[in-house]
Amino acid sequence: MRRPRRPLFLARAPYRRRRLRDAARLLPVLGAFLLILPLLWTPDSHMSLSSGDVVYFFGVWLFLIGLAAAFAPGLRGGDGTDEEED
Amino acid sequence: MPFNLLVLACFLYVACLFAVAFLVEGRAARGRLGWLRSPLVYTLSLSIYCTAWTFYGAVGYAARSGLEFLTIYFGPTLVFVGWWWLLRKLVRIGRQHHVTSIADLISSRYGKSNTLGVIVTVLAVVAATPYIALQLQSVVLSFGVFASAAPEGSNPPEPGLIAIWVAVGLALFTVLFGTRNLDAREQHHGIVIAIAVEAVVKLVALLAVGSFVVWGIAGGVADVIARIDAADLAAWQVQPGRWTGLIFLSAAAVICLPRMFQVMVVENQDEGHLARASWAFPLYLMAMSLFIVPIAVVGLERLPVGSNPDMFVLTLPLAEGQGALAMLAFLGGFSSATSMVIVESIALATMISNHVMIPLWLRLRPGAAAADDLRQVVLMARRLAIGAVLALGYGYYQVSGGSAALAAIGLIAFLGVAQVLPALIGGIFWRGATRTGAIMGLMTGLVVWAYTSFLPSFGPGAALPEAVFTQGLFGLSWLRPQALFGTEAMDPMIHALFWSMALNGMAFCLGSLLTFPGPVERLQGAAFVNVFEGSIGPQRWARGQAEPEALLGMAQRILGEDEALALFQAAARAEGKEGFLPDPTPAFLDSLEARLSGSVGAATAHAMISQLVGRATVTVEDLMAVASESAQILEYSARLEAREAELTRTAGALREANEKLTQLSLQKDAFLSQISHELRTPMTSIRAFSEILTEGDLPPDTVARYGQIIHDEAKRLTRLLDDLLDLSVLENGAVQLTVGLGSLQGMIDTALTAARQTRPDREFQVIRDLPSETIYLKTDADRLTQVFINLISNARKYCDAARPELRIAVRQRAGRVTVDFIDNGKGIPKDSQALIFEKFARLSDANRAGGAGLGLAICREIMANLGGSVAYLPGQGGAAFRVTVPLRLETLAA
Amino acid sequence: MLLIEDEPNIAEAIRFLLTRDGHRVSHAIEGVAALAVLRDDCPDLVILDHMLPGMSGLEILTAIRADGTTRNLPVMMLTARGRDREMAERAGADRFMTKPFSNAEILAEVRAMLGQSGQTAG
Repeated sequence: MRRPRRPLFLARAPYRRRRLRDAARLLPVLGAFLLILPLLWTPDSHMSLSSGDVVYFFGVWLFLIGLAAAFAPGLRGGDGTDEEED
Repeated sequence: MPFNLLVLACFLYVACLFAVAFLVEGRAARGRLGWLRSPLVYTLSLSIYCTAWTFYGAVGYAARSGLEFLTIYFGPTLVFVGWWWLLRKLVRIGRQHHVTSIADLISSRYGKSNTLGVIVTVLAVVAATPYIALQLQSVVLSFGVFASAAPEGSNPPEPGLIAIWVAVGLALFTVLFGTRNLDAREQHHGIVIAIAVEAVVKLVALLAVGSFVVWGIAGGVADVIARIDAADLAAWQVQPGRWTGLIFLSAAAVICLPRMFQVMVVENQDEGHLARASWAFPLYLMAMSLFIVPIAVVGLERLPVGSNPDMFVLTLPLAEGQGALAMLAFLGGFSSATSMVIVESIALATMISNHVMIPLWLRLRPGAAAADDLRQVVLMARRLAIGAVLALGYGYYQVSGGSAALAAIGLIAFLGVAQVLPALIGGIFWRGATRTGAIMGLMTGLVVWAYTSFLPSFGPGAALPEAVFTQGLFGLSWLRPQALFGTEAMDPMIHALFWSMALNGMAFCLGSLLTFPGPVERLQGAAFVNVFEGSIGPQRWARGQAEPEALLGMAQRILGEDEALALFQAAARAEGKEGFLPDPTPAFLDSLEARLSGSVGAATAHAMISQLVGRATVTVEDLMAVASESAQILEYSARLEAREAELTRTAGALREANEKLTQLSLQKDAFLSQISHELRTPMTSIRAFSEILTEGDLPPDTVARYGQIIHDEAKRLTRLLDDLLDLSVLENGAVQLTVGLGSLQGMIDTALTAARQTRPDREFQVIRDLPSETIYLKTDADRLTQVFINLISNARKYCDAARPELRIAVRQRAGRVTVDFIDNGKGIPKDSQALIFEKFARLSDANRAGGAGLGLAICREIMANLGGSVAYLPGQGGAAFRVTVPLRLETLAA
Repeated sequence: MLLIEDEPNIAEAIRFLLTRDGHRVSHAIEGVAALAVLRDDCPDLVILDHMLPGMSGLEILTAIRADGTTRNLPVMMLTARGRDREMAERAGADRFMTKPFSNAEILAEVRAMLGQSGQTAG
């Protein structure tokens, strides 16, 4: 079945909303990257438990939570029933 | 701490939970939930992810394996911050299709297949049983900690007795609040609030213990950091495979765990809550793990070697003499265990009753759908299932003896439920996923998981013989449970994860690619994958022969009398009928099925309605008909659109043509009327004078003069007719050209000589550049000369200068020759320049010399026939005409 | 009487005929001159061509009918185009003749018009 036509270009507000969704989609990718990154720091795959690691992981954690909290209000507004999935 | 006090605290705490749940249920019954269903409560209810395993086990995990325990939280964090990908869709599907459990979701997606429902149920029960046992064990262990710390005088009860009491108590609570009613949406407000309270208790308890450790025992944050760096934990080695594998595993588990699915999807009240939970739940997880490392480090330091690190949360405050804190920690752990068991057993009981017991009941008693009070049957099934689940957990605890480390059991359970992931993800993102594929994937995953992870967990020689571990199944060394296909170097956990997920996914994809889905399956697939596109798609029911009364009877037995009557009445009213019995239209059957599936699951509801409707549901042919119908509608509207556009185009073209015709008609009228005038004028003179002459009686010179006038007018008439004929021939393109080589100079000479007859009285100075005129043209010399004569005559006629001049300039470029005729008169006013080439366009009659105004029109036509043009040249200081003619005229027509 | 006609040959023919019939004929070839003659001479009858350079016959006729002194002046219109008759009558022409006409016709018409208006030829 043919998909309904969508406008090719959007006004400013819907455009920003779309990009916010893109950002929300990318967030877990960024998170996975940051959480796996420490594996690359230690070439012999040996990571000793230092306080630095603890601080790093909790920092990344807090950072992800902060970003998710920043995105959440904008995402909740666009209910997404009729638009998007593009 | 007296042991009896501990038991009393436990009872008080549980009584509190009962009270809370009871109050909330009361409010829910009156429809006044208010803040009790806020995003905060939703987030807190999600915290059942943190079980006793997390509460006690994380510290032990950290003490054994360093930071690896974090992976268990990182997976859910990534899933929740990425909620826009998956959770949002999952929740939307769950709400739209009245999904009651993860087994229901899978079964519903793959054509309401009860087989799949059973498989997922079995998988979930098998995976959850050790997990529930683990919770019982943690409670028993924590009791044991207090018991051993208690003075010798009191006699601590048997561990098994404690486990029994805990299990029975939990079963009672769950039965009371989990099966109070058969809600259409399978929601349990009281329980959700109770576990939210428990979430707060366990967080507060852990934070309190952590704060005590950091600021009470150690000397603040800086000191703790120093202790971490100095601790034995430093020897911990991270294995990249394990690290990433466990993050993946925990992410998969948070989606697939039956209890998580229950609170996340089934109990969800508002999709907006998910947005809040997307960051609040990771925050909760972070708070829960904030003090794990300090507790582990300090515990290892302070407590005697050999003490169980899983119990540090309790033993550390006890060793420091903080009885109240230990009590709080105990309640926290108790909360973790109880909330998990409650929700898990509800989720499992729903699955068991909907996918195993009720279908079995219906199979055994074929008329049951219309006869028995299914409400009671379903509720009883649930209660039995809850009891069975807890009994299984208790049995497992007794059999296993509570020896294994908590963390290992948790991960094995995670891996078990994660086998649902391929079918789940494939089901909601891939329309090509089929029932057979899902069954194949799930079965493969189940077998591989059991063989590589679950059965070996009992230890060599327990579930699997010793020989299988060393020599492989049937002596095939590539089938060793912890080294499939010779992958010996892998960590056993990652080995199991890798092979189960890989083989599961492969079987799922292969099965889906090779099989053809049935009609209901395809409908459901489209409805799930395109859940955001709005409509659920075509109806699932063809118009059947069901008796509305029978349907009402069945609905009453599942939904209850009042609700069923209200539903039927509303449907009847929507169909424009009075009373309670609507026609069994496909739409009504659809909505009824959706309503029923909220209570007994999609597969059962479908089966029950099928029984009454008689004829099976839609066939592939029905589906294709619907699809082609809508395709036809689309095509038709597209065609209409195209036709409309074409009509608009045609109308535009017609309008244009009409305008042109109108103009042409006007032109023709004007032309005819002009011709009439031009003919009648000389005729009038001729007639008048010839009549005068016939009367005679005139002096001879007058006769001669009148004769001359008659002759002149006759000549004028002839010339006019000649011109008209000429023009008509030229316009029709029927002119015969005599093409030959001719000298331009010669033509101009001839033209000048001929034009001298026009107003011979005027002396014209002609300025020429003879060398430039030595051009030989291949054209019709006579016709071109005729044009020149016309233009020169016009100049002679109309140039009003006192000393008239005519300049003739010839230029040749790019195979074309231009001849300009420029006089020094007033020229032609700008607004008239466009008109002069029209027929009968005489501008001023002051100097008319017998022409009918056809001269320039004829010129234009001649030039068109000669492949050239004639145009007025503005801005030359007088009237100027440019004749452009090709050097070589290519004769088109023979 | 006044003859307004731009074709010299036709003008000469009509003039000859009317002069021979005893009328005094003045001649103008376009509208402005004609209206000047009208004011100065007060002719008894106007013979007016339709197609004229400058002002058209109809415009001249309208001007004649608009002026108080000439409102009732008999006017005969000549035209070479058949379809002008209606327009001419609406503009107030008393007689209408289509070219080409016979000499007898025009003489008869002129006589009839002058007789009708109760004036004798001068």
